Amino acid sequence: MRFRRIDPAPSLAHQIHFEGTPIPFAEGDTVAGALLAAGIGTFRTTPVTGAPRAPYCLMGSCFDCLMRIDGAENRRACMTPASNGMRVERARGPRPAGEERMP
Amino acid sequence: MTAGHDLAVIGGGLIGAAIAWGAARSGADVLLLDEGDIALRAARGNFGLVWLQGKGLGHPDYMHWSIRAGRLWPELARLLTEETGIDPEWRGGGGLNFCLSEADLAARREMIARTADAGGEIDIRLLDRAELRALAPGIGPEVLGASLSDLDGEANPLLTLRAFHTGVQRQGGTLRSNSRVQSLHPMAGGGFRIGLADGAELPAQRLVLAAGLGSETLAAQLGLTLPLRPERGQIVVTERVAPFLHHPTNTIRQTRDGTVLLGSSHEDVGFSTGTDIATIARLCNTGARLFPALAEARLMRAWGAVRILTPDGLPVYDGAPDHPGAFVVTCHSGVTLASVHALDLGPALARGRLGPAPQTMRSSRFALSPD
Repeated sequence: MRFRRIDPAPSLAHQIHFEGTPIPFAEGDTVAGALLAAGIGTFRTTPVTGAPRAPYCLMGSCFDCLMRIDGAENRRACMTPASNGMRVERARGPRPAGEERMP
Repeated sequence: MTAGHDLAVIGGGLIGAAIAWGAARSGADVLLLDEGDIALRAARGNFGLVWLQGKGLGHPDYMHWSIRAGRLWPELARLLTEETGIDPEWRGGGGLNFCLSEADLAARREMIARTADAGGEIDIRLLDRAELRALAPGIGPEVLGASLSDLDGEANPLLTLRAFHTGVQRQGGTLRSNSRVQSLHPMAGGGFRIGLADGAELPAQRLVLAAGLGSETLAAQLGLTLPLRPERGQIVVTERVAPFLHHPTNTIRQTRDGTVLLGSSHEDVGFSTGTDIATIARLCNTGARLFPALAEARLMRAWGAVRILTPDGLPVYDGAPDHPGAFVVTCHSGVTLASVHALDLGPALARGRLGPAPQTMRSSRFALSPD
């Protein structure tokens, strides 16, 4: 499934970095919104079975859009406003129990 | 009027459901009456420990009864999984009680000695910091050691409860929800009529009262004195993290899915099941002292639930002297004792006996003494 923006001419001046790839976003986008608009379908794999997951509720309830954002584990991409230069990675399985990678 | 069910169990929590399943497995036609979702439901709020070490100090019957429960849990888990398809996620391997001070270590040493004196058939030993690190590498610098018992374990209390409910019905029993019981009427010639809040009246040959804090007023209708009080405990849950803790402990537990539970608060706040920031902070702080890596893990939610406590903290297993066939059971260790309730007590109660339940745990111990 591919999402498209309703705004026909969005201003996409800024970027986040998704696992090294620049992703443009419009003013007011959440991280989840920017990634979905860019066609990213898998946001994380689950800690229990490793199954791929994507945003479901887009309102902070379902926790299916958890990502590592600027080094912080398990952030909800749908509740995180995109900001220029933000580094975003998929959450792969369980977050580590030990030292968290600091931004 | 028909004779009704062989056995009605009033209360669909862990105690009632375990007894009902055990009774149904032994051939009785069982009716299990459960209240609605607004009930206090201690069985849905607890921590999930099968905890033996330190239990029953000064009360050998309680100690031996609990230890028997610990020994029976693997069989309970196997039977529930086989018969219902629901795995209660029991995990043994020994429980750790962490020591953060010399005083803690001394207290655990005394507990071990007193358990041995009472003849407790449980192996408990004190681990020093080096031995503990071999089992739990992530412990913080303040942790001096832990006591480890061979029998302690853990289970998923929600799955355990669901397995019991499913098992009762698989055995031909009836689970009736939204059925608050208001009155108990002994019938001439034996048996009881059970009056529900919705007006229904259900007949049963025998009945077991396992209604948690609601048992007090119902027990009075049977002439039994059962003073009970609520004690709140709060539990905090973190996001899932990679498994780092493979043993149940007295204050922290990690589920197979990676979720971390922090618990162990004791509050006198009446029937409130709320939470408060100070307690949540204390639980999180303790967790981070035990496992510093947890300081990075985020809190997902917290809840409160109320334990059911008797004045001496021990369970009650009793029959109503004036009403043969009516029994009451209560305790605050519904998970730990689930195995003896299901496998020992349920079949006995179905035949109208208290069977192996310790005689020192009758409710008569609470009756007012005549000066």
